[in-house]
Amino acid sequence: MSSATLHDVRFVEPEGTRNYVTHDYGALSWLLTKDHKRIAILYLFSITALFILGGFFAVAMRIELLTPEGDLLTSDTYNKFFTLHGIVMIFFFLIPSIPAVLGNFLLPLMIGAKDLAFPKINLLSWYLYMIAAVMGLYIIITGGVDTGWTFYTPFSTQYSNTHVFGVTFAAFIVGFSSILTGLNFLVTIHRMRAPGMTWFRLPLFVWAMYATSIVQLLATPVLAITLVMLMFERVVHVGIFDPALGGDPLLFQHMFWFYSHPAVYIMILPAMGVASEVVAAFTRKKIFGYSFVAYSSLAIAFLGFLVWAHHMFVSGISVYSAMIFSFLSYFVAVPSAIKVFNWTATLYRGSVALLTPMLYILGFIGLFTIGGVTGLFLAAIGLDVHVTDTYFVVAHFHYVMVGGAVMAYMAGLHYWWPKITGRMYPEWWARLAALLIFAGFNLTFFPQFVLGYLGMPRRYHAYAPEFQVLNVMSTAGASVLAAGYVLPLLYLLWSLWYGRPAGPNPWGAVGLEWATSSPPPMENFHETPVVTWDAYDYPAMMKAMGETQNV
Amino acid sequence: MSDIAITDAAPEPHAHHPFLQHHFEDLGQQHEASTLGMWMFLSTEILFFGGVLCAYWVYRVIYPEAWALAAEQQNKLYGGLNTIVLIISSLTMALAVRNAQLGKRKATVGMLLATLIFGGGFLTIKSIEYWQHFHEGLFPGTHFTWNEVPALAPKVQLFMTFYWSMTGLHALHMIIGAGLLIWMMMRAWRGDFGPEYYGPVEIMGLYWHFVDIVWIFLFPFLYLIPGPHNG
Repeated sequence: MSSATLHDVRFVEPEGTRNYVTHDYGALSWLLTKDHKRIAILYLFSITALFILGGFFAVAMRIELLTPEGDLLTSDTYNKFFTLHGIVMIFFFLIPSIPAVLGNFLLPLMIGAKDLAFPKINLLSWYLYMIAAVMGLYIIITGGVDTGWTFYTPFSTQYSNTHVFGVTFAAFIVGFSSILTGLNFLVTIHRMRAPGMTWFRLPLFVWAMYATSIVQLLATPVLAITLVMLMFERVVHVGIFDPALGGDPLLFQHMFWFYSHPAVYIMILPAMGVASEVVAAFTRKKIFGYSFVAYSSLAIAFLGFLVWAHHMFVSGISVYSAMIFSFLSYFVAVPSAIKVFNWTATLYRGSVALLTPMLYILGFIGLFTIGGVTGLFLAAIGLDVHVTDTYFVVAHFHYVMVGGAVMAYMAGLHYWWPKITGRMYPEWWARLAALLIFAGFNLTFFPQFVLGYLGMPRRYHAYAPEFQVLNVMSTAGASVLAAGYVLPLLYLLWSLWYGRPAGPNPWGAVGLEWATSSPPPMENFHETPVVTWDAYDYPAMMKAMGETQNV
Repeated sequence: MSDIAITDAAPEPHAHHPFLQHHFEDLGQQHEASTLGMWMFLSTEILFFGGVLCAYWVYRVIYPEAWALAAEQQNKLYGGLNTIVLIISSLTMALAVRNAQLGKRKATVGMLLATLIFGGGFLTIKSIEYWQHFHEGLFPGTHFTWNEVPALAPKVQLFMTFYWSMTGLHALHMIIGAGLLIWMMMRAWRGDFGPEYYGPVEIMGLYWHFVDIVWIFLFPFLYLIPGPHNG
């Protein structure tokens, strides 16, 4: 039964069929495209450029921190650099990274649809992203902004002499790009699934995108209205958040973190989705406890809305509310741990293939666990007071954001690269880069846990001399990390011309995205697939593949 | 509505309806997807307006006296008149959807036009109010003047900040809605809509009713209920 339907959708590429890349030529055919795969490629180029920009600020800061004195950057420039590093990396790289590139490309393929539900809105969201990015670049060139990515009031509204209005307006616009992507994904998952693709046959990446999209849809508008109030206050000089004029700066922090804590889950939930796909494919097993992994994504999205004030333990909120938020924050660990345990359990007695995507995901599991557990340290009020605004916090969220989200993004990019481009990347170089990134990352950020615990505050360009050794280690690690990121940039470009042709399914993986040609044709499938098997059903897939090859 | 929904859910197997987009299987799927999309957009809008309403409410609890005095600055006649105008516009909008479903071209255009006129009426009355507030010095910022109780002036200014930003955002949504109405009128006039394809009018209607409901919240908050201890 399943073999017959698989046969229908597999290897049915008629000779001379054009794929989505060769379908049309010319810049306009890309800039005005409504095809989800082409829009994903547009996003891929844009976020890579912004990642390099954000990385530049990071490298400059790490070089400054080689010595205890502030000798490379003035304190004002340093303030701008950490602000811009945060804004660029969070709003313009991490939030769109996996959803807008891999999600855009894969979601319709994975559920057997021809496109997202709203192709024009998909293109619009890329244009909104680009408008905001160009505004951001203009602001960076004309002087930058120094408020920190959190835009805390009243500094941002009354005192800062930098481009606060412009950058918050850019964040407002890029927020709508994110909302529209989430809206598009939600409607697509609800209404565009192929016949037989029931909810509990969905790949876990789709579940993760579903949970992410809910957060994008419901949290981002609160940031938008908060930024509107901030801009209004800055321009008209009223005191919505200024205590001198009757306003309350804590209200700003509440509203800001009501978005910005769930935003952490916009960044990490898609990474968890990638992990589930890669672990299943490279162990040749069903994910252990599929429904637990699926529901834990929804649980994280839900709980993520209830913990925001753990960013404010020292801001002057009442001790009782701090206790409640501390308590609730621990709950997020439960669904996160369920995922980690289930991935680990899937490895058990699997035939593990240590190819590049799997190397990244094994790194992801370990680093995310460290990032998550140190998050529990920070959720404990007493310890948090001790390490607030130190490098401990910096190390914690980089373990989650870089060790977690970026590692998984790299895993996904390598795993689906053959599908996206039709070419294999060079495995040896890719493994080398994965190891460099893992080693460089740990050398960069592990010393920062120690620095923070010893009391080195974040956001200063100078520090006490006794912290220098650990800072030199961190900067050395950052240069290894940078080398690790440059390598993929080079060999992935190289592979576009010289990579081995991939064929439809180089990994022998299950999932509808592997049941069409690489790169996929314009409307994804030559015939609408009919799904009669569960996700990660390797035995049935293997059997079906054997029969198909006999035909 | 439900009888229409049934005919929509099981469309006749017309191979290529002119408005069926290529990536949908049939008009039913297209209609369901677009409707769900609008509902999701409205949930985003609820949190957008919800954020500013939440901030309003926080200060209403902190500064009840100022809120009570500030609410007295509002022209309840204009506010009430606008509420009535907007509710009637929602009725004409609903009738426009009904006529589109029935394929009555001229009635659809007429009802959309009526909705546009009532919406325009709302914006006109709102502009008169804005004009008056502006001349009374009730626009927040450096030119704000209100001297009845000098100690409370900054808080009254805070109220007026919320008044202008909330009604301003609402008016912006009305203006976008008016643009959509004109577009729908052109499509209806062209004869795009009928029993099997009327989704755009219905979805436009969802948006219009939502903007109406936002005003149903703003009117009491800004005009009717004074401070929590007096009301």
